[in-house]
Amino acid sequence: MAVISYIDAVIMAIREEMERDSRVFVLGEDVGKKGGVFKATTGLYEQFGEQRVIDTPLAESAIAGVGIGAAMYGMRPIAEMQFADFIMPAINQIISEAAKIRYRSNNDWQCPIVIRAPYGGGVHGALYHSQSVEAIFANQPGLKIVMPSTPYDVKGLLKAAIRDEDPVLFFEHKRAYRLIKEEVPTDDYVLPIGKADVKRYGEDVTVITYGLCVHFALQAAEKLASDGISVYILDLRTIYPLDQEAIIEAACKTGKVLLITEDNKEGSIISEVSAIIAEKCLFDLDAPIMRLAGPDVPAMPYSPPLEKSFMVNPEKVEKAIRDLAAY
Amino acid sequence: MGENRHLQVGLSDEKVLEMYKVMLLARRIDERMWLLNRSGKIPFVVSCQGQEAAQVGAAFALNREKDYVLPYYRDLGVVLAFGMTAKDLMLSSFAKAEDPNSGGRQMPGHFGQKKNRIVTGSSPVTTQVPHAVGIALAAKMEGKDIVSFVTFGEGSSNQGDFHEGANFAGVHKLPVILMCENNQYAISVPIEKQLACKKVSDRAIGYGMPGVTVDGNDPIEVYKVVKEAAERGRRGDGPSLIETVSYRLTPHSSDDDDSMYRSPDEVAEAKKIDSIITFGAYLKATGVLDDQLEKQINDEIMDVVNEATDYAENAPYANEETLSKYVYADK
Repeated sequence: MAVISYIDAVIMAIREEMERDSRVFVLGEDVGKKGGVFKATTGLYEQFGEQRVIDTPLAESAIAGVGIGAAMYGMRPIAEMQFADFIMPAINQIISEAAKIRYRSNNDWQCPIVIRAPYGGGVHGALYHSQSVEAIFANQPGLKIVMPSTPYDVKGLLKAAIRDEDPVLFFEHKRAYRLIKEEVPTDDYVLPIGKADVKRYGEDVTVITYGLCVHFALQAAEKLASDGISVYILDLRTIYPLDQEAIIEAACKTGKVLLITEDNKEGSIISEVSAIIAEKCLFDLDAPIMRLAGPDVPAMPYSPPLEKSFMVNPEKVEKAIRDLAAY
Repeated sequence: MGENRHLQVGLSDEKVLEMYKVMLLARRIDERMWLLNRSGKIPFVVSCQGQEAAQVGAAFALNREKDYVLPYYRDLGVVLAFGMTAKDLMLSSFAKAEDPNSGGRQMPGHFGQKKNRIVTGSSPVTTQVPHAVGIALAAKMEGKDIVSFVTFGEGSSNQGDFHEGANFAGVHKLPVILMCENNQYAISVPIEKQLACKKVSDRAIGYGMPGVTVDGNDPIEVYKVVKEAAERGRRGDGPSLIETVSYRLTPHSSDDDDSMYRSPDEVAEAKKIDSIITFGAYLKATGVLDDQLEKQINDEIMDVVNEATDYAENAPYANEETLSKYVYADK
């Protein structure tokens, strides 16, 4: 066990999988010699060489599409999109191709690719280096979308994603990269894709969220505990397909549910979570489902006060929980 | 006796006769599909007619035991040469459960059959070009002596995926053969409204690969250039762009009326140099084919097409319960 950061867990997972399986390789912009603009592939080029850590031309559709071709051949590509915001040119490859290859070929072909991308705000990244893009992909059966919150989860889930037989989008919160640290085993383990995780047990209010917002919720819950408000926190971890069982259990546990996402509110992941709870938990609810999310503006501005206003933070979470507890 | 060109490029009499048979089979299957469509038995056809020479000439120049093909929706000739059968294709046309391409899930023309290394495709055009590059990259990483062959239309050569894929292959010197089957129309839009350059092959220079334009009605010429491109790829010299110029003899699909945008005279002119006729004449002139053998081949092919049609028409559809199968590996 060693205390490592969220981004170190990314590197550790990729390195271990590349050591374990010669079919695993990395491709993307600046992932080779530079080790990635965030340094998420640091040291891999030196260890595995330019054949397995490939600096590609700057063209996202090709990064995804070439990876998909290699995956169909039988390799285990890990494609990096430099920022989640830049995944847009690759959407046709991801949605029309990767998501549908197994289904359209009646199980003859498969596409075991991982597409990693750093997402999220709070880093002065403005409109095009801050977005949460998961909702675009979260109604595309055939895809899996993983968004871990902690280094331990990053390692176990990224290794699971690389070993998965289907395409996995793996979104990493860029603010969490160096902010979040914890003890992570140095030995091999995988965590199940499709399973949410209870990050805190409590009795009064349930928070369901994912990514960096899990930490905002944990901070708020710690503070509220001293005021006698006990908070149950469910980390979705996989946001598509959703862990319905865990969502229902969490909602019914307290009857008061706060759903949080950093993304724009309308049509977001928590909208679907809300629909699941509304369908399955009506008589267990003691308050209307509450959502805390980014505002419905195109993306967060560069200006610090405007960025701050867009972002979810522990204070906003705390206030929302207090309101719900008092309902 | 006419000038023998096939022996000069290393094709035996048997091989060219085999090529002719595959071309003819593709044509006859295609014609049957139109009949079935017009009689209300199948909902959709998209044709290979006019492009059989390019497709079969190219496929025969590849190693059909190990190379990968990523065909586009007109490539009946390519997939037949790579091992798909008339029965397989008819099962696809009738959308029956046994269709090896997709179990009846996809429209006809969306080929895919792993055992023959025919890579599954979709409808948004040109997405298969980066896939071909990825397959070549993977094969190179494994040290395998494999070429990937990908086709598309001239309209598709405008898509970003063509340019992104071609550039990637050029930079990494990958054994990819990009073959544009230029049939002069992207549905209704003629080539002069599609390309700012004169030829599709002119685009090769931007991606560090040779580009060549050949007569798509001449299977021997297409064979020759694809053979060279395959050897180039296997030598480690990188990708090639080949443009075969032919003419789309049918409307774009069974849902198109081409009289809206081109004259019957233009189509009639193109039919005079239909490769099924000209290649047949060449084989007769070189003594490979005679009237008796031609009749025998035609009869055999009609038997195959009839049998495939009957089989597919009577085959069952997929059960409704299969709708949710194969979304993911575990289901």
